[in-house]
Amino acid sequence: MSAELGNYALILALVMAIAQGILPLVGAARRNDNLMALAAPTVIGQFVFISMAFACLMYAYVVSDFSVMNVAANSHSDKPLLYKFTAVWGNHEGSMVLWVWILSVYGLAVAAFGRNLPPALKARALSIQGLISVGFLLFSIGTSNPFERLDPAPINGNDLNPLLQDPGLAFHPPLLYFGYVGLSMPFSFAIAALIEGRVDPAWARWVRPWTLVSWMALTAGITLGSWWAYYELGWGGFWFWDPVENASFMPWLMATALLHSALVAEKRDALKSWTVLLAILAFSLSLLGTFLVRSGVLTSVHSFASDPARGAYILGFLIFVGGGSLALYAWRAPSLKAGGTFKPISREGALLFNNLLLVVGCATVFVGELYPIVLDAINGAKVSVGPPFYEKTFVPLMAPLLLVAAAGPMLAWKRADWPGVVQRLRLAFVALAAVIALVYALHGGPIGPAIGLGIAAWLFTGAAVEFADRIKLFRAPMRESLTRLAGLPRSAFGTTLAHMGMAVLVVGSVAGTAWRTETIAVMRPGDQAELAGYTVILNTIGESKGPNYTAQIAEMRLERDGELRDLMYPEKRFYPVQGTQTTEAAIRTTWFADFYIALGDPDEASGGIGVRLYHNPFVPWIWIGASMLVLGGGFSLSDRRLRVGAPARRRVAKTQAVSASESSNA
Amino acid sequence: MKRKHKRLLFVVVGMAALGIAAGLIVSAFDENLVFFFSPTELQGKALNPDQRIRIGGLVEEGSLAKETDGVTFRFRVTDLTTAQTVNYKGLLPDLFREGQGVVAEGKMRTDGVFEAEEVLAKHDENYMPREVADALKKSGQWKGQIEAGQ
Repeated sequence: MSAELGNYALILALVMAIAQGILPLVGAARRNDNLMALAAPTVIGQFVFISMAFACLMYAYVVSDFSVMNVAANSHSDKPLLYKFTAVWGNHEGSMVLWVWILSVYGLAVAAFGRNLPPALKARALSIQGLISVGFLLFSIGTSNPFERLDPAPINGNDLNPLLQDPGLAFHPPLLYFGYVGLSMPFSFAIAALIEGRVDPAWARWVRPWTLVSWMALTAGITLGSWWAYYELGWGGFWFWDPVENASFMPWLMATALLHSALVAEKRDALKSWTVLLAILAFSLSLLGTFLVRSGVLTSVHSFASDPARGAYILGFLIFVGGGSLALYAWRAPSLKAGGTFKPISREGALLFNNLLLVVGCATVFVGELYPIVLDAINGAKVSVGPPFYEKTFVPLMAPLLLVAAAGPMLAWKRADWPGVVQRLRLAFVALAAVIALVYALHGGPIGPAIGLGIAAWLFTGAAVEFADRIKLFRAPMRESLTRLAGLPRSAFGTTLAHMGMAVLVVGSVAGTAWRTETIAVMRPGDQAELAGYTVILNTIGESKGPNYTAQIAEMRLERDGELRDLMYPEKRFYPVQGTQTTEAAIRTTWFADFYIALGDPDEASGGIGVRLYHNPFVPWIWIGASMLVLGGGFSLSDRRLRVGAPARRRVAKTQAVSASESSNA
Repeated sequence: MKRKHKRLLFVVVGMAALGIAAGLIVSAFDENLVFFFSPTELQGKALNPDQRIRIGGLVEEGSLAKETDGVTFRFRVTDLTTAQTVNYKGLLPDLFREGQGVVAEGKMRTDGVFEAEEVLAKHDENYMPREVADALKKSGQWKGQIEAGQ
C-alpha cells in the first residue's frame, strides 16, 4: 500500500511543480500579484508530497517490503537498520527521490526566507525551480520509478552492495546532492535576472548565501566521498581522478569561482554578466555530472545501472537547460548594465584572475573527462585519461591561482597600491623560499612537490599576515587588537580560514601523492614487514561474524624502534547474499601521516594472508584542510551582512515611502 | 583605464590562459592517453614496451595461478576468441573472479606477457566494464552477459 501511496504522492508533486513552474512566471510577466503569490503554496505542496513519497519509500525499506522491486534489488531482511535507511538513496531510483526532495527543500527555503525579495524576482526564481523540478520528477516517474512492484515478491532481497554498507553512505550522497541541487538556486536567480534584464548588488547578495551553502555541501560531500573511498576501497589513495570524481569536481570549481565573482557583483556592482554566466555554467555542469554518472557512459566506481532511456532523457534535459539558458544569456546579457570600473591590480582584478584560472582549470578537467567519450563515439577507439594527465594540466594551472589567493585579500578595491602589498607579503616570500629549499634539501628528487609545499606555505603565511594586519596584531596594544578582533566581520574570519584550509589541503594532497610508500607481503602469524621505519608484526588471524557477513580479522602490532605504537585490526568481510568481499582497512592516524593496513586474500600454499601496507604522509591534512574550508564557508554564511542585507533594503523602502507620503502631504 | 580597454585586457588575459591550458592539454595527451585493447586487437600489434595500455575481457576460467611469493599472480584475460596472459604483483581487488570482467592497466613485455600495474574489477559485480562488454561484442562472443546479470 505504501508504494502506491508514494507513487501517487510523486504524481501530485509533479502537478504542483507544473503549477509552480508556470503560474508565477506568467504572473510576473503580467504583474498579476495573485498568480505570483501562488509560488509559495505550490512550493509547500510540492515539499509535502515529495516528503510523503520519500517517507513511503523509506517505510518500504524499513519493513523489507520485497514486493517493491527497488527494495528487493537493494535490501535484505538481515541488513542492519541503519543501512535499510541509507539504502533508500544507495541506488539510482531512490537517489532521484532524494534529489527532488532536496530541490523542494531549497524551494521551501526561498519561500520561507525570501520575504524581502522583490516579488517578481522571487516569483520568477521559484518558477524556474519548479521547472527544474518538473524535469526531474518526470524523469523519476517515467524512467526510474522507485515504487514499481514485483510479482511474485521474492522471499528475500538482493541486499545492498556491501561496499555501500558503511556509515559513509548516510552522509556522502545527501551532502553531495545538497551541493549539486543547491547550484540550482543561483541558476534560477540568474535566469530570473536575465528575464528581468537587471542584476544589482541586492541580487548578488541574494545569490551569494545560496552559492555558499551549496559550495559548503559540495566541499563536504566530495571530501566525505574521498575519505570513504580512502578507507573502504583498500587502495590507500584518496583521489583517483576517476570520471565520477571529476563529475563532482567540475561543479565545485565553478561554484568556487561563482562564490568569488558574486563578491565583486555585490560589493562593486561589476562582473555582473560574468557572474550570471558562471551561475548557468555551474548548474549545467552539475546536470552534466548527473548525466555522466547515470547514463552508463562512464566506466567507474559509481555508475548506476545503465539504461539508455535514462541517459537519453538526462542528455535531452541537459541540452534543453544548458542550451536554453545560454541562448537566453546571449540574448539578454548585453542589456545588463556594466557597473564599476577597476584597474588590473585591484581586488576585483585578483578575483577575476581567480575566476579565470578556476574556469580554465575546470575546462582542462572537462576535456580529460569528455575526450574518451567523444573519441569512442567518433571512431570507437577506447582510451582512458588518468592521473598523469591531470597532474600535467590542472595542477600547474592551480599554482598561480594559489599565489594570487594570498595577495587578493590584501589588495584594495578598485585600484591597489601593489608595492605596499608586495611588502606585506615579504614574510610569505620568506616562507615560500624556505619551504622549497628545505623540502628539496631533505627529499631531493623532482622539484614539483617542493614547489607545491612552498606555495602552500606562501598561501598560509599570506592569509595569516593579512588577518594579523587587520587586527594590528603586535603593532598596537593587545587590548586594541582584541577589540579589533571582536569587531571583525565574520566573513573576514571565513576568508582567512578558507584560504588557510586550502593551504593545508594542498600540503596533504601534494605530500600524500608524492611521498606515499607501500609494500605488499604474504604474512603468517609471527611474520613481520617493514615500511617507512615501522615494523608490522602479524599476531593472529581470527574469524568474526557480523549481522550479515563473516569476517577475517588480523591483529597487527605496529612498532617503531622496538616499541609498540599501536595494535591494528584490518578486516576482510564476506557478504554471502551477494557473494562479495569488502576490505576494511585499519588506519592509524597521527598528525603527520596515516599508517594504513589492508588485508588481501588468504594464501593457501603458505597458510598466510596477503597484506598491503601504506605509509601516507600528511594525508590527514586533507581532511583537516577540507574541514577548514567548510568551516570558513560557515563563518561567511553567518555574517550579519549577508543575513540582514535584505531587511536593510526594506528599511530604505519604508523611509522612501514615508518621505513620499510626507511630500504628498506637503 | 577605459571600459573598452578593460574588456580588451580581460579578453587577452583570458585567451592567454586558455592558450596555456590548451598547450598543456595537447602535450599531456601526447604521453598520457591510455588506449584500451581487447586481447584479439592486441595480437600482432607492435607496441612500445614503455607505452601504458589497458586490456580487458573476462578472466579465463581456471587460469589464475599464484607464484610462491604469494603476491604475484598470473591469469589470462579472454574475449572468448583470444586470450592474453597477464602478470600482476599486488593484491587482487575484492571483486576479481574467474569468469568475471576485468580491466588491467600496464605495459606489454617483449616476451608477450602483459605486466599489469593495476587491476580493476567492477565494483558492482552485476555490471561488466563497458570496454569489456564492447570487446566481447566485437569478438562475436556476446551472450548478453549484462542483461543476464541484471
